[in-house]
This record gives sequence, C-alpha cells and structure tokens, in this order.
Amino acid sequence: MTAAGEAPRIGVYVCDCGFNILGAIDVPEVVRYAGGLEGVVLAKEYKYMCSDPGQDLIKKDIREQRLNRVVVASCTPTLHERTFRRVVSEAGLNPFLFNMVNVREGVAWVTEDKARATEKAKALIRAGVRRVALQEPLEARSEPVNPNVLVIGGGIAGMHAALSLANANSGAKVHLVEREPSIGGNMARFDKTFPTLDCASCILTPKMTEVKIHPNIHLHSYAEVVSVEGYVGNFDVTIEHKPRYVNEDLCIGCLKCVEACVYRDARFPNAFDLGLAKRKPIYIPFPQAVPTKVLIDPMDCLYLKLGKCKKTCVDACEKGAIDFAQAAVRAQVKVGTIIVATGFKPFDARRKPQYGYGTLPNVFTALEMERFLSPTGPTEGVPSLKDGSLPRKVGIIHCVGSRDRNTNEYCSKVCCMYSLKLAHLIRERTGAEVYDFYIDMRTPGKGYEEFHEKLLAEGLKVIRGRVAEVTTSALTREEKGHLIIRVEDTLAGFVRRIPVDMVVLSVGLEPQSDTQQLRRMLNLSCGREGFLQELHPKLAPVSTATDGIYIAGACQGPKDIPETVAQAGSAAAEALALVHRGTVEVQPYTAVVDEAVCSGCQVCVGMCPYDAITYDADKGVVHVLEVKCKGCGVCAAACPSSAIDQKHFRNAFVLAEVAGVI
Amino acid sequence: MKDYLYFPGCSLKGAGSPYEKSLLAVFRALGISLTEIPDWNCCGATAYLSVDADMGTVLAARNLALAERADGRDIVAPCSGCFLALSKAKAMIAEYPDLRAKVDDALGRGGLPYEGRVAVRHPLEVLLKDVGPDRLRKSVVRPLKDFRVAPYYGCAILRPYETVDSAHVPTVLEELTRIAGATPVDYPHKARCCGGMLTTGVQSVGLRLAEILLDAAKSAEADAIVTTCPLCQYNLEVYQDRLCRSTRKDLRIPVMYFTQMLGLAMGMDERTLAIDQLFRVPVLACPAGGRA
Repeated sequence: MTAAGEAPRIGVYVCDCGFNILGAIDVPEVVRYAGGLEGVVLAKEYKYMCSDPGQDLIKKDIREQRLNRVVVASCTPTLHERTFRRVVSEAGLNPFLFNMVNVREGVAWVTEDKARATEKAKALIRAGVRRVALQEPLEARSEPVNPNVLVIGGGIAGMHAALSLANANSGAKVHLVEREPSIGGNMARFDKTFPTLDCASCILTPKMTEVKIHPNIHLHSYAEVVSVEGYVGNFDVTIEHKPRYVNEDLCIGCLKCVEACVYRDARFPNAFDLGLAKRKPIYIPFPQAVPTKVLIDPMDCLYLKLGKCKKTCVDACEKGAIDFAQAAVRAQVKVGTIIVATGFKPFDARRKPQYGYGTLPNVFTALEMERFLSPTGPTEGVPSLKDGSLPRKVGIIHCVGSRDRNTNEYCSKVCCMYSLKLAHLIRERTGAEVYDFYIDMRTPGKGYEEFHEKLLAEGLKVIRGRVAEVTTSALTREEKGHLIIRVEDTLAGFVRRIPVDMVVLSVGLEPQSDTQQLRRMLNLSCGREGFLQELHPKLAPVSTATDGIYIAGACQGPKDIPETVAQAGSAAAEALALVHRGTVEVQPYTAVVDEAVCSGCQVCVGMCPYDAITYDADKGVVHVLEVKCKGCGVCAAACPSSAIDQKHFRNAFVLAEVAGVI
Repeated sequence: MKDYLYFPGCSLKGAGSPYEKSLLAVFRALGISLTEIPDWNCCGATAYLSVDADMGTVLAARNLALAERADGRDIVAPCSGCFLALSKAKAMIAEYPDLRAKVDDALGRGGLPYEGRVAVRHPLEVLLKDVGPDRLRKSVVRPLKDFRVAPYYGCAILRPYETVDSAHVPTVLEELTRIAGATPVDYPHKARCCGGMLTTGVQSVGLRLAEILLDAAKSAEADAIVTTCPLCQYNLEVYQDRLCRSTRKDLRIPVMYFTQMLGLAMGMDERTLAIDQLFRVPVLACPAGGRA
C-alpha cells in the first residue's frame, strides 16, 4: 500500500540505450516479463529513455494511466537518476517513488551470454519493482552553500583555479593549500615551455605573486589537508601547517640567516632541484619562491637535531623571525566546494634498470634536465657531464615508464613534446649532437607538429625503436668511455649501438604516490592507472562522483600546461556555479528511530560521526536530529535491535529488493 | 633439516658433472638430503620444445608427476634449463585447460596422475631462503679473502619467472659470494645471454655473446666468473682460447659453479668439488683447509 493508501500502479520502462542494452539483452522478452509482475500496470521498451520523447512517454503514462510508481531499467543511477526523478516529479509524482535499475553497466556491458544477461536483467527488474512498491514519498531538503572554496595543490592548475575564483569577486574566499614550501609546482622547475619556447618563469612567477597578494586568496603553503568532513556546500576542512621554524609573518626573505648559518657550504640536497644542487639547513627552495620565506629542515639543522649550535642565524635575523619552538599547527576552515589539483609524480626511472639510471654516470631524467637547463638550476642553464665538460653527443630516450606493459601501459602524452623541447635546448646550450629514440612521435596540438618539423630541420637525429639498454660495456675503441645506447632501429631494420656522453630518460607521468589516501579522504574514485576519475570522460571531465568536488590538471591524467590551465578554469567555473546558485539539495535519507523497539543501549550514539543522535533519559530511547543527520546509515547498521531505519533505505525495502533478486 | 627431491637432468650427469659433485657435497655438508626422483626422464627443454612443444610439456609433467608419487616434496632442479622447463610446464598446465587435457591423457595411459602440487626450486633459492644466510655463514671456515668474483646468472632462472631473483637486478649470487668471504664485482651483463645454443648453431653470434661477457668480467678485474648453469659454464669456458686468438684480447678467466665457490669456503678440497675438472682452476689467495 502506498502512503496515500492506494494500491501500487507501477510503470516499468526498459531502455534499449541504442544497441548498448538491446545488443546484449533480449529487451522485448524482459518487457513482457516485467508486465506480468505484481503491481505492474504497464511495461514499455524505448530506444533512449533519457531523450525528450522517452521522458514524455513516462509523463504521459503517469497522467493517463494514473501510475503511482515508476521503474526505469537503463544505465547507472549516477548518470540519470536525477533526470528521471525530475521527470516523475514534473508529472506530479513524488520523485522518491521512482527506482532505477542498472541493466547497462550492471548487466549488458559485463555479461557475454545473451540468455544469461536477459535472466539477470529480469531478476534485477523484479527486485526493483518489489522495492519501489514499498518506497515512500520524501521531501528533499535544501541547504545553503558556503561560498568559500578549497583548492588542493599550488601548481599551475591550482594557482589558475584559485585566481579564476578569486577574480570573480563573488565574496568567496579561496583557501589554496600547497604542501611544498613554495607554490609553483613542477612548472616552476622548467626553463622553457613547448611549442613556443617561452620562458616558464616569465609566465609563471607573475601568477605566483598574484596568488600571494590577492585579497581573496588565503595561501596555506607548506601545509597539508589532513581531513575533510561534510558534503557539498558544507565541508569542514582541517589543514596542518608544517613548522618552518621561521615565523612567516616576520620573515622578509632577506636571506641573511642563510648566509650566517654555521654551515659555510651548502651540503644538503635541495628537493626543488631534485637533489642536483645543494642547500644549507636553513634555505629558500629557489630564488622566485612564493612565499619568499626561509625555512629550516629539522633533519639537517644542528640545533634541531642535536640541540647544540651557535645559532648564528638567530643573531643574523633582524626581525627575530627564527623560532625553533615552532610546531605543526592545525587550522579549521569551512568551504562549500573543493578543487583537487594535486598534479603528478614523475615515473621512477630506477624501475627500468636497463637504462642505468642511478647506476651509470650521466644518465638523467627529463625533469633533472629541466633543472640543468634552468638559469637558476645547478648548472646555470648549461648541462654538463659529471666531470664538468660539455657533452658532445646526447641521447634522449622516449617512453620510459609509458606505453610499456612492464610498467605503465598508457601514453603519458607530454613526453614526445618535452623531449623535442629538451633536444632543442640541449643543442642550443651545449652544441651537442642530439639523438631522439622514439616509438611513435606523438605531436597532436596547436603548433606541436610544426615544432617537430622545426626540430627535424635543426638537425635532430631521430631513431625509431624502443631502446634495449644503456651500457658502459664497450665493444670497440670508439665506444670506450661512452654510454652506449643499444636499440633496434625499426625503420632501418637492424640493431644499432650509439655511443653518447649523456642520456636523458623521458619519464612518464604517474599518479602522486598518496593519491589513494587523498581518494579516501575525499571519497573520490580512481581509474585503472590510479589517476583520479572524472564523473564522465567527455561530458563531465572536471566533476567527480562526489558533488562539490572537482579535479583539474595532471591528477586526473597526464596533460600539458595548456590543457591543465583549461581544466583549472573549467573547475573554477563549476565551483562558482554552485556558489552563485547558493543552495544545494540534500537527499532526505535521514535515520528514524522506532521508539517502541529502541532499547536505549546507545550503541548508535557513539557511532554517529555527526553527533546527530541524542539519548532521551526520560523515555530511555534515542532521537535523531534530522538537521544534523547526513544519512550515512552507520546507526541503522549498528543498531542491535533494528530499531533504526534509514529513510529510502529501510530494512524492509532492502530485504524486498534482495528477495527479488534471489 | 628439510629434505628434497632431486632432478639432475642430462647435464649434471654429463658435461655438468662438476656441478653435481659440488652440489651434492655442499648439500650433504649442510645436512640436506637430496633424493633422485625415481625413473626421471628428459626435462623436455630446448630441443624438444622447439620441435613439439606439447610433447616437451608432457615430458616435464611426467617428472613432476613422478615426484608427486614419490612423496611430493619440493624438487631441486640445479640445471637452469631443467629448472625453467619444469617451472614452465607447471605454470602452462595450470593456465591452459586444453594442454592439461593432453598431459592428463598422455600420463593417464601410463597410469600416472598429475595434480601440479610439487614446487620446483633452484638450489640458490634453497640455500638462501631455506637454509638461510646465518647458517651458511656459520658453515664457512675458509673465507675466500681477496677473491674477486663476477656473478653470472644467465637467463633461465630469472626469466620469465622471477621466483629466484629480479630479472633485471638480481643480487642473490652477490649475497652468496659475500657469505663465502669473496668480493662480488659489478659489471653490466650479469643476466645477459651466454650465447646459449647459438654457440653451436650460429657460432658468429653465439661466440660474440660469450665474448661480451668474458670481456666485461675481465674489465671488472674479476678472478673468476661464478655461474649457475651448465650451459653457461660450458659456453664461457671452452671457447676462451679461440676467442683470445680471434679477438686478440686476453679473455682467460676461470668459470666455476656457485656450489664450488661455496664448497671452497666451507673448506672442502678441490677434488671433492670437482674443481680439478675445470679447464682453468681459480687461484685463491688463502691456502686450503684453514682460515686465511
């Protein structure tokens, strides 16, 4: 019986989804079967249920056939549940008297045998019909959206998103969190960018400064997001600021402390330079760092490590900014939306030991080469060999950790282009002869193929073939003392041995190593390669399955700077749209207590992550505060006497559904 | 101590007999018993596999089935060819049901069931994993001081199954070398091809591969190459004089089995370890029979 007391009059609609479902399931047979189920008044097949005519069909039937429940068997609810709920409500039915059965992703796409797929679809529809017969009308609640936005990651993606949001002057405050001491990300490491060869610093540093001084941006540098609670419109975020041991508000970046440090020479590897250059225990990551504040590495600083030091830095600081007692500080911020722009991790070239990275001298990764080529890098822009001389021949090996069944199968997309850029710059700075070893030269993009042609005209030597190994084992006198690149030249059809002085490994892009923790914290999903998964690969490329959380840049998959910036802008626009709308609809799936059954054991009180359950000592029962309840269902599952039900997921509904399947 | 079944294969009963002698001596001294699989036959390696792969698999499977019938203990297969043939047969039969049917049919005619439950082990694995570095270290009475060793793995115990060690950066032989008190030298090709069957088929290619290895070991100033495989040992040892003449390089270097190296460190004499059967006998800095 329905809430209004009438017997269920259910309409079942089975979608062909073109050939997606029709090709794998005997749809007419399923429709015939569904028509005979208890409570079903009509069952229909249609080519695309989500199309306008499909929607109209449902509306017409609701009105004319007086349907009071609707089941649509089509794709996953994440795609179209919202669509069909709107359709039934437009026809005057409560949207929660609708149920969606997934026969596309759940059946058609994963079941090879048509007869079995048909049976499976029947079982799922049977379950859906039984469930919908019990469902109750509910009212969706609406809640205000906090206008502030959290941006995680201060690379080019995060900075661009933050600036787009901040420049909208929507009243929103942007919290930009970067875990490194400076914003800028990997782009700050580059000397030039392809295909225009414009100077990366010249286009990046103004943006970095703008981020720092923008009144609408709160920059949390050297900080990490440690927890995110809540839901779209109302997230509670905890940010942990790591201790710099230097008071950020007082430090003016004069670097007198660095000069005064008891260590006369820089002797600790600088992470920004990938360890190629050295720094002191007190340092600034790179000259253009933003914020321009020094920090102390507690692992290297004598005082922090041993408690004994002359502390010359303290004497040198006129502002008294150095503070050895600093500890990690946590800050709470409230935001309505989140943009994730955490970037990528370069492939670890040690995983291809045959290329000698880490074991042979003068074998470098592409990112290291970017630093060598940078005027502020360890060799001030001119790559040189370990002995200080200039290389006369350099080999660049493509696809290291990309398009490789042993490591990553996917193409990292940017490596062909950055390899060409590196080839140009190496030749320009050292005059070396450069060899590029590629599998396929992939240069789609505006001006990219033209750049490739330009390089060929410059005299770049290109050899098609995946390099077998880099070795120092010389077979001839000419090879002695060189790195020998052994490769099958697949155009010429024989194996070559090419002696070079320096090897650059064009490493692919991988997900950040802590993507899984981030994913769990934000309730996102990852694709097969481990990059964050977008809601839809074509139509919702920056949205995620979690409302209010957007992704931009290389955390979603390998991409170059233009594409990253475009995504960041898009993510900012999506977030702003929510801010502008001002409210979000919240599903009314709150918990309800059956006071007659509740024994007052209070197991649920401790379990509730939102403090939404209180104990009424007079009655000896618990109450759920509907405003606070987020509908997570923990209490319903925990209740030992089944006294708690979750609306729309009542035990009876779920059991009816299960009984329908089996 | 754990006991094992032993699959010698043709090599260890023929050209590789120094391997068998030293292996048995070392294992005996460590208190490990090796029992030959009764009525074992050819492992089905190289030649057979290239003519009739299915029959090669059946031959290997018969050995595995015999081991199951014997008592199902782990099989120690010292020859790299046998080790790979047996490991591969076991893996392939488990993966492909139609191959399994052929094997069941062939073995069934002889009344021999096959279940695939015995493990195929390499003696290196047994020494370092089952016996363990600590016990091995205790057994060393004569550390091979100042003895520089080029560890050479060959292909088959590392590829495609990396059960013994990493295919690209293997280190177990280095570990064993250090346990024996000797010094492992680093050189680029320790898991590269020794020339394999090409030294007989396409000699120009096969000998070239052997030359590359010998040259690399010599350049690294090794006193000996220590290997795990009878074919590698043969290829690297017997062509040395010929390669010296054709390349005008000094490529002379002793090529010994890892079991011989360990046996020396355990204080055994050259006869017991069949070191006197090698073409070139390694020269040790320390005298036999005592601590250096």
